[in-house]
Amino acid sequence: MRFVIVAGTPSSGKTSVMLHTIRHLLKDGRSVAACKIDCLRTSDDARYRRLNIPVAVGLSDYICPDHFYVANLEEIERWAQARQADILVLETAGLCHRCAPAVYGCLSVCVIDNLIGMETPQKVGPMLSTADIVVVTKGDIVSQAEREVFRYKVETVNPRARILDFNGLTGQGSIRLKNEILKSRPLETITGKELKYPMPAAVCSYCAGETIVGRTYQMGNVKKVDFGGLEQC
Amino acid sequence: MLKKITITGGLDKDGHPERVQRLDIGAGEVVGVVGPTGSGKTQLISDIEQYADGETLTGRSILIDGQTLQQSVEVRNLRHLVAQVSQNMNFVIDMTIEEFLIMHTQVRSIGSPRQIIREVLSMCNELSGEPVSLTDNLTRLSGGQSRALMVADVAMISQAPIVLIDEIENAGIDRLQALEILKGKGKVVLLVSHDPTLILMARQRVVMKNGGMDKLYQTTATEQKILADLLRVEKYLSRLRDHLRNGNTIDPKDGKEEWCYGQNTGTLSVKHQ
Repeated sequence: MRFVIVAGTPSSGKTSVMLHTIRHLLKDGRSVAACKIDCLRTSDDARYRRLNIPVAVGLSDYICPDHFYVANLEEIERWAQARQADILVLETAGLCHRCAPAVYGCLSVCVIDNLIGMETPQKVGPMLSTADIVVVTKGDIVSQAEREVFRYKVETVNPRARILDFNGLTGQGSIRLKNEILKSRPLETITGKELKYPMPAAVCSYCAGETIVGRTYQMGNVKKVDFGGLEQC
Repeated sequence: MLKKITITGGLDKDGHPERVQRLDIGAGEVVGVVGPTGSGKTQLISDIEQYADGETLTGRSILIDGQTLQQSVEVRNLRHLVAQVSQNMNFVIDMTIEEFLIMHTQVRSIGSPRQIIREVLSMCNELSGEPVSLTDNLTRLSGGQSRALMVADVAMISQAPIVLIDEIENAGIDRLQALEILKGKGKVVLLVSHDPTLILMARQRVVMKNGGMDKLYQTTATEQKILADLLRVEKYLSRLRDHLRNGNTIDPKDGKEEWCYGQNTGTLSVKHQ
């Protein structure tokens, strides 16, 4: 089974991109299963369900959705295998720029859009720099010049990735993404595979449900702002 | 530099071979794409942009200088095959024109950008009629100024050999001049439009129907005559617009120009006294 991990900045069009692409995969006779990870609620599963494919949803609730995601990879793989999927599409919550879901052996796709700002590719970090494929959306509403500069910025952060322009409304670009998915090597099992980049860490009193502000209420892995060494109290 | 693109071997929505089985467009040529909504214009453009190789809905293949994507290493290395300018596009970046053009020339590894940036600016101002300066902020430009800057940038800085102009019907720029500039730079220009002036500006046009390329026309001598009339009308309208916008009235007694309608020809014209 090919294991496709789809991450990206909020509202960049992750689901739209995958819906168009899955349609082409289905047309080619492939069987696809989709799983969406989110935090509190999602309606993306309804959009996947319209394709008549097996769909699962994982809501992380009070846990960081990325930690929840990595802790459930084996279960999600087993679920998709039980549905005889050739291709598993796993869409992350895509809420945080520090998100780093790429796993060696899987195909990691990062979806970002031309509107997020020229400096954002640098800000996004490992989600972008560890992706195998970067899909850039919303090119139809910005100037050609901005598209070219934005692409250059993406290349600076991740020179190895294939970069695809994609129109999430019309599906332009979906055949190229389909071909990239089919070119990727199937994965025997996710068990034992390695994250390309460590997840953001957080083990502190607030993780455990603390709600009061103040140093005396903080325990565990607590990091403070560095104001340049002078103003720390 | 690319010499021509070829569109070949497509099917219409019913799976029948489209009537125009081969369309060649050379560098420096303009082809109009016409047809009602849903007739397949967008798909045709999409096929070109995706460098289709028999795998899209239409089954078309796009050849660049006679080669498919698999055969052409040179084109595979191009980051952008098609540059687009459309009515829906805006500059969203918060920067001055100069800062942005410098950034774009750097991306394209252009060594001494000053000269090119000056040329882009003067081209832009020639096209829009409302001059901008290098210190103006991109997001403050009017629709016409933005489109003019986009055309000038595509002509001078962008590497893409194919230019798609999508419905810039009344964007407040000198469209004839814009087309001449792009042709002069050896671009392959595709022009999607519902506007008679723009459609007739293309020497040949392809008519889309039911998803396929249905007919291919060269502009006739009569059409070229009509185009000349239409361009006169446009000139008239644009002078009239400027005249009114600058706070003038239309009264032959106040001004040097007489604004009148040509009764015999049925066209509008400006008479100089």
